[in-house]
Amino acid sequence: MAKIELTRSPFIKNALKSRYPQLAVFIIMLVGYIFAILAGLIGTPVGSHNFSIVFVWIAWWAVLILVAVPFFGRGWCAVCPIPLPGEWLQRGAILSPPGKRPKWLNLRVPKMFRNIWMQNISFLLLALFSSVLLTTPNITGIVLAAMLFAAIGLSTIFERCAFCRYLCPVGGFIGLYSQTAPIELRIKDKQVCVQCEGKPCYNGSELGYGCPWDVFPGGLSKNTYCGLCMECIRTCPHDNIAVNLRPFSADLAKPSTRIDEAFKAFIMLGSAMIYAGVLLGPWGAFKDAAYNVGTSAWFMYVIIFLAIIFGILPGFFTLGILKTKSRLPVKHCFASLATALIPLGLMFWVAFSLSFVLTNASYIVAALSDPLGFGWNLFGTTNTAWQPMLTSILAPGQTLALVGGLIWSARTAQKASSEINISSIPTIVYSFILTLVMFWLLL
Amino acid sequence: MKRSELLSRIIVTVAIVGAIGAPLYFWSRTPLIHARMAENGGWSPDVIQAEVGQPLHLRFTSDDVVHGFAVGQMDMPSVDVLPGKVADISLTFDEPGIYTFYCTRWCGLNHWRMRGTIEVAGASTSPKPVSPPLYVSLNLDIDAPHDALFIPDGKPSAVNGQSLAMSSSISLSQEDYFTQSPYQVFDELKGTSLTDEQRWDAVAYLWQSNTTPESLANGKQLYAQNCAACHGENGAGDGVFANDLNEAGEASMQTMTGAHDMVMQTPVDFTDPTRMLGASPALLQGKILRGGMGTGMPMWGVIFTEEQIWDLIAYIYSFQFEYTK
Ligand code: SF4
Ligand code: SF4
Ligand code: SF4
Repeated sequence: MAKIELTRSPFIKNALKSRYPQLAVFIIMLVGYIFAILAGLIGTPVGSHNFSIVFVWIAWWAVLILVAVPFFGRGWCAVCPIPLPGEWLQRGAILSPPGKRPKWLNLRVPKMFRNIWMQNISFLLLALFSSVLLTTPNITGIVLAAMLFAAIGLSTIFERCAFCRYLCPVGGFIGLYSQTAPIELRIKDKQVCVQCEGKPCYNGSELGYGCPWDVFPGGLSKNTYCGLCMECIRTCPHDNIAVNLRPFSADLAKPSTRIDEAFKAFIMLGSAMIYAGVLLGPWGAFKDAAYNVGTSAWFMYVIIFLAIIFGILPGFFTLGILKTKSRLPVKHCFASLATALIPLGLMFWVAFSLSFVLTNASYIVAALSDPLGFGWNLFGTTNTAWQPMLTSILAPGQTLALVGGLIWSARTAQKASSEINISSIPTIVYSFILTLVMFWLLL
Repeated sequence: MKRSELLSRIIVTVAIVGAIGAPLYFWSRTPLIHARMAENGGWSPDVIQAEVGQPLHLRFTSDDVVHGFAVGQMDMPSVDVLPGKVADISLTFDEPGIYTFYCTRWCGLNHWRMRGTIEVAGASTSPKPVSPPLYVSLNLDIDAPHDALFIPDGKPSAVNGQSLAMSSSISLSQEDYFTQSPYQVFDELKGTSLTDEQRWDAVAYLWQSNTTPESLANGKQLYAQNCAACHGENGAGDGVFANDLNEAGEASMQTMTGAHDMVMQTPVDFTDPTRMLGASPALLQGKILRGGMGTGMPMWGVIFTEEQIWDLIAYIYSFQFEYTK
């Protein structure tokens, strides 16, 4: 399938170029986000009836993992409210690019942090505390507020959106999986960029800001670090930016060689499996350990969690690679072949989230009418009883996701290994075994 | 500044202020009484003001598990307070005074301590004379042992006792029932021609004749709701919380009261004849009214009406006596 340039449509193009539609969505999102913070702090402490828990961890999560990431890549980042106040502050404007910049520190992020390790760590932290985070509105409120303030703080110290690029726990995995999405933002003609003076897409102009994600659009080859903020569409004087519809996982044809990205793949894969085991599995002790944060059982859980992610999963993977006899350094092969785990990880999350979301979706209906647990009944749905939804499609849906994920990652493995000229068999076998484990955990 | 920028700033400011202000506004105007397990604070607030004759509207929500709300000394059905849901109730008080409200669901180990007070101000409409409880007027030392010196082999049968009592024309006045223990009555029957077993059967009958099926049924219900969690469904002192209370030991008492040398006792076993047949209804009334004083047993005087306590006592004796065939 060839690419289809969506921005050829004047309607789409104008909608993206204009700042108003995005601003309208931003305001709604920001209001919702602030409301979620307050609901977490002053609403009922009962998670299943609190807007912050129900809308953030059930509704938003469902939309993110089942729709936004697989189909729109970083589409969520295009409307995410978290970096907004910081960016507005940094630029001294909400809508139009300002005449002169306000004097913030505007420092460059130190080189050692210019990777996604911070995102890996922030995601892991949330993952390890997820049992309290996902059930305690207070904690959710605090974490949401902390992300907002961290983004504001970083915006005043560093240039562009350092929070999104280097710290956001959500941004890390959206970036990884956005490579599989059938949407991309790319330049149309390289030659135009080569000759383009001043590179306003990166440096900014009176038409808009320089890329907040510190990306030069002219060099974009994968979705990972483009936040789809659409700023370069506005700044490029040569109309050289396009938003394309493309085949799924086009970015994965060129495997990454970065170790931080490779580990992100293992972190996501491992967490999906551990969550499936803890939340859906029959092991009471494991569940207790995850839920009793701070106890010695929980520390054991943390150790096991980290051991699986940083030891067992990558360890066996490396053993497979060592069998392939390549002349390339192991590190290089490791990172390249880990690309094959990206579709698998995504589908693990889809399969896991399906059961999580369908089981809890009825809380959304109730919380809609009484978001703070004050006894309201705004839409008459407050007393909707909890009831798992669409239970009949759960098992087939999960099976489809897992089998699809396995085939998808096998194809990716073949491409990645032909790229570096080694056998794809160990990676495929590895994916197959993990899929079996996931089947066992889920079904 | 461009008009569009200015307008955007205004809209954004209004939106943010609204997003913060609206929930805070509704929050400050929604007085809710929060129910939490006693370990986590119990009722909050736990003191409520009211006026005689003025309806008092209360809204409850539970922050953790299912609780129940009821006011002692008042004839009202208890209200279930479900986690995350809000329950409404209106109460009107006829008499001024301090009423105790309490949790009616076995919400947790220290469920019994989940109490609060409603302070009802105003003038009394029908002042009632206050009389001291029976155990006080009898000057009973309710902490001293009152064991039965001789106990029956099995459960005495009221049905068998009835014919014996009839033929020997034995009866027990209401006053004697309240003030004497089964063992004392058994002892007084010494002069009759009955065997020990027959005397116990007669006592069982005398106890039954001083209660009614309604009273027993009411007592049973009160017992199931309030006592069984510790004393056990069958009175054997082995309720679902009994073990937990044991394990929690001192710590559990200290967290609740801050006292230093409290000892947790296991709940009394109502099937133990030595203890129960030696106890008069007046003695039991005293224990229930006053509570355990340092044991885990709460003070029920503020919650049960006098009639409820007598019903409860009548029911408790049924762990000793066979009332039906
Ligand atoms: S990286 Fe994080 S904060 Fe930034 S836009 Fe994406 S989700 Fe939002
Ligand atoms: S402004 Fe446009 S043409 Fe110039 S470098 Fe950027 S994308 Fe290329
Ligand atoms: S400016 Fe362009 S390249 Fe940079 S994040 Fe925004 S959309 Fe992506």
